[in-house]
Amino acid sequence: MLAAPAVELRGITKRFPGVVANHDIDITVRSGTVHAIVGENGAGKSTLMNTLFGMHRPDEGTIAINGEQVVFGSPADAIARGVGMVHQHFQLADNLTVTENIVLGMEPTSRFGVLAMRTAQDRIVKLGRQYGLEVDPEALVEDLGVGDRQRVEILKVLYRGARILILDEPTAVLVPQEVAELFDALRELKEQGLTVIFISHKLDEVLTVADDVTVIRGGTTVAAVDPRTTTARQLAELMVGSELPSPATRDSTVTDTPVLRVEGLGLTGKDDRQLLSDITFTIHAGEVLGIAGVEGNGQAELVETIMGMRTAAGGTVVLGDDDMTGWTTRRRREAGIGYIPEDRSRHGLLLDAPLWENRMLGHQTQPPNVKGILIDASGAKADTRRIVAAYDVRTPSIDVTAAALSGGNQQKLIVGREMSGEPRLLIAAHPTRGVDVGAQAAIWDLLRDARAKGLAVLLVSADLDELIGLSDTLRVILRGRLVASADPAHVTPEELGSAMTGAGDES
Amino acid sequence: MIRRIGLALAAPALALAFALAVTSAILAGTGHPPLEAFGWMWDYGTKPDSIALTINLATGYYLAAIAVAIGFRMNLFNIGVDGQYRLAALVAAGVAGAIHLAPILTVAITIVVAMLVGALWAAIAAVLKVKRGVSEVISTIMLNYIANAVIGYLLVPGRLGVNVQGSQGVGTKVIPPSGRVPGFSLVGGSQTQVYGLVVLAILVGVGYWFLLGKTRFGFDLRATGRSESAAIASGVNVRRMVVISLLISGGVAGLIGIPNLLGESYSYSQNFPAGIGFVGISVALLGRNNPVGIAFGALLWAFLDNARQILDLYQVSKEIVTIMQATAVLSVVVAYEVVRRYNNNRHQREVARSLEKLKSGTVPA
Repeated sequence: MLAAPAVELRGITKRFPGVVANHDIDITVRSGTVHAIVGENGAGKSTLMNTLFGMHRPDEGTIAINGEQVVFGSPADAIARGVGMVHQHFQLADNLTVTENIVLGMEPTSRFGVLAMRTAQDRIVKLGRQYGLEVDPEALVEDLGVGDRQRVEILKVLYRGARILILDEPTAVLVPQEVAELFDALRELKEQGLTVIFISHKLDEVLTVADDVTVIRGGTTVAAVDPRTTTARQLAELMVGSELPSPATRDSTVTDTPVLRVEGLGLTGKDDRQLLSDITFTIHAGEVLGIAGVEGNGQAELVETIMGMRTAAGGTVVLGDDDMTGWTTRRRREAGIGYIPEDRSRHGLLLDAPLWENRMLGHQTQPPNVKGILIDASGAKADTRRIVAAYDVRTPSIDVTAAALSGGNQQKLIVGREMSGEPRLLIAAHPTRGVDVGAQAAIWDLLRDARAKGLAVLLVSADLDELIGLSDTLRVILRGRLVASADPAHVTPEELGSAMTGAGDES
Repeated sequence: MIRRIGLALAAPALALAFALAVTSAILAGTGHPPLEAFGWMWDYGTKPDSIALTINLATGYYLAAIAVAIGFRMNLFNIGVDGQYRLAALVAAGVAGAIHLAPILTVAITIVVAMLVGALWAAIAAVLKVKRGVSEVISTIMLNYIANAVIGYLLVPGRLGVNVQGSQGVGTKVIPPSGRVPGFSLVGGSQTQVYGLVVLAILVGVGYWFLLGKTRFGFDLRATGRSESAAIASGVNVRRMVVISLLISGGVAGLIGIPNLLGESYSYSQNFPAGIGFVGISVALLGRNNPVGIAFGALLWAFLDNARQILDLYQVSKEIVTIMQATAVLSVVVAYEVVRRYNNNRHQREVARSLEKLKSGTVPA
């Protein structure tokens, strides 16, 4: 007789106000397999995994673990049943060692309550060897790279005795080489009888590693497929429900009119750390310059320095014919820079304010939002309606707060806002992060249109396909320096990944 | 629209009801009939004289709350309003007592001096925050104590003080009639006149509404209060905004003592009302930083402060009213948060509903 499935979800339904919930989810995860759950952003994957991990209770439906029906009131219940979750965003304390991070919350003690770190450390080393997840247990987490940090997260879950691992978008932050290492580890886990639930929207990866694939669309399971007989294209069409959009840009629109010239730009952080050194590049009208890099290598700092939100330690930034090195952020914006920030809720929106006030944000000195020193509320509202219609922002009115919109619609509002007032330069940091496929295609189209109209675009993204597809020129940033260039017409994501880690030769 | 107003009123109404309930429980527990005690307060508080006194008291509370609210809208907590207004009143009283000019001119100069002193005292906290990263909460509290010391230093004979005739006290030189602002009889049957400078408080309220709601500056200020990081990205110079808004807050704080100074006491002495700056914090919270809400909050607070006087006659401790005021402020903060969350959820549901319609083919108008 076959072993009972590791996880069996039947008829799971979860309702939330205003967000895509799950309905009628049916998934069977066989024990000792890697099971991928794919779906576009916002399809309800994370909600489902949070349900399985006990973060909230489903409104309807049942969960069975190893054939036994369970009700999880909290993640602690899930952990007790051997279900562990590795979150997309690492939850590690930088100033603690690997061992300390792993035992945090369940520190081993000997008699008299004395910490027994030695015992813990031995166990961690053993676990690491067993599953091919070796990390120096005494290293400080702040000294670790992204791949190692992820191993620590997985070890944390294994240390707590998990036999069923949920990995939420584990490859989002990894370069291709690290992805390969992760997959080796996953295969090792599977060999040893553990079950892995792997959430992703990167289809090539899914087909490489998964034994079974479940596709989620619009909050429900639409298909369970065998990866050996399915192509990425078929999977994509199941995910989207229609043709897959592609970021590829066709004809070059690059002119020889320089719009942004950055020369020798440097930035010094706290403790005199060099955050950016000697950054030099030029973007021409009609050109998209893509910046590739592993996150945290100075991309955010570069964008914020060009926007005037940080003060450069040296170098010049010239927009058109104006040296704007000493300008304030406001003056730079008024001079015609549009800015799509990396973190829209922190830098791009006033979440508690209505949409029309968000339309003014960043443009609160320019028509149609103001008349002299006074706010022109009717002008701003009329223009917000225009953006909502032209950029397909799904909202019942412009008086709801920005927090009420989904991520994709928030982003479309921001793109619409930043394209207003005829900008000369658009700085787009992760413009499609966390938005659904429909919005992603729309935003790509908008960037292409802008480029065709002669806009210069600085594109920072972690999505290598997006970078390669949209850019006319690619530069690689590593530890605050531009270390390589690449031709998007020829480079592969793997080559780009090598350059991003500083491993490969410059192409 | 009606629903929005209803929601806006729901929070303070709930908080007040809760405060009344708590107070009733305490009254009952200490052997006093709650309804009767409230009855005595109501009867006393609605006498014509009491109403005029309430309005006069509320004038200072209103100005104090506006001063605090300007900071609140930017996430700045100006606890130093108290020191700012007392120092401003002292210096303004000294100036008004010393000059003899045309009536309107003297009053204008007094008001300007008061605003400048209040703003300058707040500027210390602003500079410390911007240049040295000192939290304005700490520095303004400390500056209140320093203001006490400075007032003690200045209010002696030979500096700004003179001996007050017929008493042991020291006050500033009495302001001559040309520098006073006459009151008017607003309440029929009352001997007490309402301060002429009630008008000033109303003007400040209108100015506050206009500045914050209708100007670019106000937008920058509110944006900074809602999200400093988003404000910076939008081009707001947050340091400059901190300095300017604390200066304005201090300037308005400087006005708090002026209606009383020019309409009733005519001199700054040890008896000059103190502590209004702290009342302002409570009233700003009650009024949710809204100029009309603050007006109601100030009147309510002043009414309670007046009406409590009668409780002594019936051997009821009048501190019971302090409990009521404190409970109201605490519960109103909670109630506003509850209403805010409810509103957010309502908006999300609205969006979700309209998306449902979109999916099923009917496009919303």
